Amino acid sequence: MSASTLTRPTRARKTGPRPTRRRTRLPSLTGSLLGLLTWLVVLLFFFPVLWMVLTGFKEETDAATDPPKFAFSPTLAQYRSAASDAQAYLTHSVTITVTSTLLVLALALPAAYGLSIAPVRKWRDALFFFISTKMLPIAGAIIPIYVLARNLHLIDKQIVLVILYTAMNLPIAVWMLRSFLLEIPVEILEAARVDGASFLRQLRSVIVPVITPGLAATALICFIFAWNEFFLAVNLTTTNAATVPVYLVSFQTGEGQFWARLCAGASLACLPVLLAGWAAQDKLVRGLSMGAVK
Amino acid sequence: MTAIASSTAGAAAVSARARDRRRNRLHRIPLLPALLFVVVVTQVPFLLTVYYSLESYNLYHPDTRHFAGLQNYRAIFEDSIFRTALVNTVILTAAPVLLSLTIGLFIALLLDRKVFGRGLLRTLIISPFLVMPAAAALVWKFTMLDTQFGLINFILQPFGVDHTDWINSYPKTTITAVLTWQWTPFMVLILLAGLQSQPAEVLEAAKVDGANGWQIFRSMTLPHLRPYMELGIVLGAIYLVQAFDAIFMITSGGPGQQTTNIPYYLYETAFRAFDIGRASAMGVVVVVATIIIATLALRTISGLFSDEGMKGRL
Repeated sequence: MSASTLTRPTRARKTGPRPTRRRTRLPSLTGSLLGLLTWLVVLLFFFPVLWMVLTGFKEETDAATDPPKFAFSPTLAQYRSAASDAQAYLTHSVTITVTSTLLVLALALPAAYGLSIAPVRKWRDALFFFISTKMLPIAGAIIPIYVLARNLHLIDKQIVLVILYTAMNLPIAVWMLRSFLLEIPVEILEAARVDGASFLRQLRSVIVPVITPGLAATALICFIFAWNEFFLAVNLTTTNAATVPVYLVSFQTGEGQFWARLCAGASLACLPVLLAGWAAQDKLVRGLSMGAVK
Repeated sequence: MTAIASSTAGAAAVSARARDRRRNRLHRIPLLPALLFVVVVTQVPFLLTVYYSLESYNLYHPDTRHFAGLQNYRAIFEDSIFRTALVNTVILTAAPVLLSLTIGLFIALLLDRKVFGRGLLRTLIISPFLVMPAAAALVWKFTMLDTQFGLINFILQPFGVDHTDWINSYPKTTITAVLTWQWTPFMVLILLAGLQSQPAEVLEAAKVDGANGWQIFRSMTLPHLRPYMELGIVLGAIYLVQAFDAIFMITSGGPGQQTTNIPYYLYETAFRAFDIGRASAMGVVVVVATIIIATLALRTISGLFSDEGMKGRL
């Protein structure tokens, strides 16, 4: 399995079983049936997300009913009150995720450079070291971190989550950025070097312009993972650094009465990542596979 | 004469090697901050975990802290909940991974055709994966699976399902279903990328040679997809083995210990019972188990990654 077979999409292809002569008229029928099936299956998967957003527009009296109400007069009340309840959490989440993402990029870009364009001799070992830390479960590290944070009075401090999210995303970012850097043709870099471009000059006029979309995609992936992170946030924060997932814990037992509020809060919590994910759609698979699939 | 020639050649070789070393040292600089950061934040705590695992140490009674040898390890292996949690972890990882892979393959095949609104379909299908897991857990727990008002019971009513308490009657199935729902889009994305990288000419040639759709799928598409499936399984397992959000939100590990997996049990031991020593021993066991599995997994991933792009850079 070489990278090249994984990376070159040949898109000029009609797919699906193509008919022999006998079935020349069938494809359009099976085709449209399959198209219908595709829509049905996809909508089925999307439905809970849609239902969450819709329920957020209900009055509480319309939210938990038997049978469920599909038609109702929408209200913004739940979204408004959820937004004011969640405001502090949203602020913490934004501060923590943005800071950690910037830190990740600052650390990962030079590292990716050192593993691709100007590689160290043992680049392969370093690369696999990064990925192996991603495979080690958080269970192996959380306890000393917790004890240390307690002793240093760092529980419920934003800096702790910033550091941990940075470490969590760093391996992904290194791998992903490296895969983008490898796409810069060696000849261009060589040409710049021959022309006597200094390192900074090379960086500014060759590497950065090419890598910008990659940097943006990497940032979005790191943002998504940090924003959604639950385990560390729940165990290491209470109020002053509590992020959006911690806000959602307050609904954990609120059965029955507050579904509309719950759904409004949940929708708000998901919105930034949904937008980021939709924006980074083309690069999503690359980030999730750490650069292996493009 | 020859002696001089060989000695200058030797000197050249030595200075070349020195230059090489110097160059390597220079090249190491950009790598160091990231490496150092990861080592300090992940590796050092692990060593501390090993250290704590040899202690009797409860945060409630810090004054009774003392060295305990392997006592914590004996305790967790004699602990039936820990064994249950191990089994549950395997089930709650394997089931969602395999289910989402299968459903994901089905959806990827559907999406790899010319279908109306393909871009929109793709946007919609990735959404469950983007939704915050804690939020997804709540939405499923209440609006979907509630005994009295849940949509699932409403939809299944015509089929004779009457106000079923899904979460308490079928806890493992519930967790598996929610995790499968979240992870199917991930598999779709990876498999779709695989399908789209199939060389068109080869498929055309197979058709010209009279192969039917099933034959092409079995003998060409599936083998081509294999590395993508392996990647999906490995990455899915890495994340799902740590599943915590859904279990915390929906079942709290229950009823009984039916959905208590290792991360959840560790959470209870460390953050509810404050038994640092025992929780650390669990952490060490989990890491050792993961290293064994990850070694196999790394072999898979390293196959996906070749020296190709590195040519002419060393």
